Amino acid sequence: MLRLVASGPGPDAAMRLEGVALRRGGRRVLDGLDLAVPSGGITAIMGPNGAGKSLALRVMAGLVRPDEGAAIPGEGLSGPRDIALVFQKPVLLRRSVRANLRHALALYGVPRRARRDRLGELLDFGRLAAIADSPARALSGGEQQRVAMVRALAARPRLLLLDEPTASLDPQATAAIEALIADTAAAGTAVVLVTHDRGQAGRLADHVCFLHKGALAESAPAGPFLLAPKSPEAQAYFAGRLLL
Amino acid sequence: MQGFGDAFAAAFGLIARLDADLVEIVGLSLQVSLTATLLACAIGFPLGAVLAVGRFPGRGALTVLVNALMGLPPVVVGLVVYLMLSRAGPLGALGLLYTPAAMIAAQTLLVVPIVAALTRQIVADLDAEYHETLRSMGAGAGARMRTLLWDGRLALTTAGLAGMGRALAEVGAVMIVGGNIDHVTRVMTTAIALETSRGELALALGLGMVLMVLSLALNALAMGARMGAARMAHA
Ligand SMILES: Nc1ncnc2c1ncn2[C@@H]1O[C@H](COP(=O)(O)OP(=O)(O)O)[C@@H](O)[C@H]1O
Ligand SMILES: [Mg+2]
Repeated sequence: MLRLVASGPGPDAAMRLEGVALRRGGRRVLDGLDLAVPSGGITAIMGPNGAGKSLALRVMAGLVRPDEGAAIPGEGLSGPRDIALVFQKPVLLRRSVRANLRHALALYGVPRRARRDRLGELLDFGRLAAIADSPARALSGGEQQRVAMVRALAARPRLLLLDEPTASLDPQATAAIEALIADTAAAGTAVVLVTHDRGQAGRLADHVCFLHKGALAESAPAGPFLLAPKSPEAQAYFAGRLLL
Repeated sequence: MQGFGDAFAAAFGLIARLDADLVEIVGLSLQVSLTATLLACAIGFPLGAVLAVGRFPGRGALTVLVNALMGLPPVVVGLVVYLMLSRAGPLGALGLLYTPAAMIAAQTLLVVPIVAALTRQIVADLDAEYHETLRSMGAGAGARMRTLLWDGRLALTTAGLAGMGRALAEVGAVMIVGGNIDHVTRVMTTAIALETSRGELALALGLGMVLMVLSLALNALAMGARMGAARMAHA
């Protein structure tokens, strides 16, 4: 699992944000954000509430066009098939788990003949076989998050963006999601993981980007960063002192 | 003129022994209004979805128009369809005036705005919830509308039931284009109007009771569908 990443991700980035600025409610909520996501492994994005983490993910997913700067996908990546996003509060369709996944496979343009096999793989991967025919929205929070993640993986994206996927889950459900994330990265998909959980970043991330006030405050390999961040913003955040 | 008690007793009698005239009239009513409702749904569901999701010039005006047409008086719809189908009208050659087909056409026209307006609201509400998710999955307008219509299916049933209720209960449109011809175009509402004016209260009352039971049943179904839709939303 462990993967060494040069501290400044090189030209083989899965995604690069260059000078991204975004105005919301009269404020520059993203303010010249530069950030590179390596084409493999897990990159954690950390930072206080309101730092712009969720908006940064939306920009990467192409859902929001920045007012300035650009989101530049890596070589050969384009569109929702390659870059998948799981929202912090995923919305599942009013259908069974199986039908949710089938819907995604159709939307992503997976050929009809390949869908059945892929569906089986996805159900296995997410350990969802036992609840495949349950109405998706009746499931527990952890199960719904698993369905949302597996749905995002339906078309084998090269980059998976996860917005606080375990924010409201109990330890057991969190462990299940973390296992899925690790498996996904091990299978070669680059993962961006927004998290407030230092332990989780330590367990999963290869690299951490720390955002503050819409800009990158620090970008470093996870080990050293979590042990002793260098930027005053990250230091203050971990000491419980940083407010926006 | 009979007393009320006698009329009620006679009306119950007609229903209890499934009087042939009564059954024929109820049957034609159901056939005409159900067909019109199905046609109106076939038009109104996609139209409502397009109004909710589409982005094109004139969408606002069209939405206002559809909402306004929801309150269209049935006699006016009847008049319009009459002008179209009358011998001198543009569709006069079809010879449809005073046939069940003309009644179906008029009721369809009457119900389409109801189904479309309710559908627009239902789909727009659902779209507010699904929009970002579907966009993140790369859904185009067509796929979005199909997804929203399917996931709103139970709520949309209530739109269809509301339309059916309106079709069954209206008199003006079927009277004008159907002509209330015995054994041909006589439906519940036109029969009630005629029988009452002739002082034949038994058949009028019997049909009235059937109409009320049908209306109650439609409302009960709509309530069930609404509850089911709520369950589907976050159960
Ligand atoms: N549509 C909006 N209108 C006004 N302000 C917004 C809007 N969307 C986001 N913001 C603001 O932008 C900032 C960054 O938001 P977000 O990316 O969600 O932060 P977080 O790092 O907590 O995920 C926050 O201060 C938020 O209030
Ligand atoms: Mg957020």
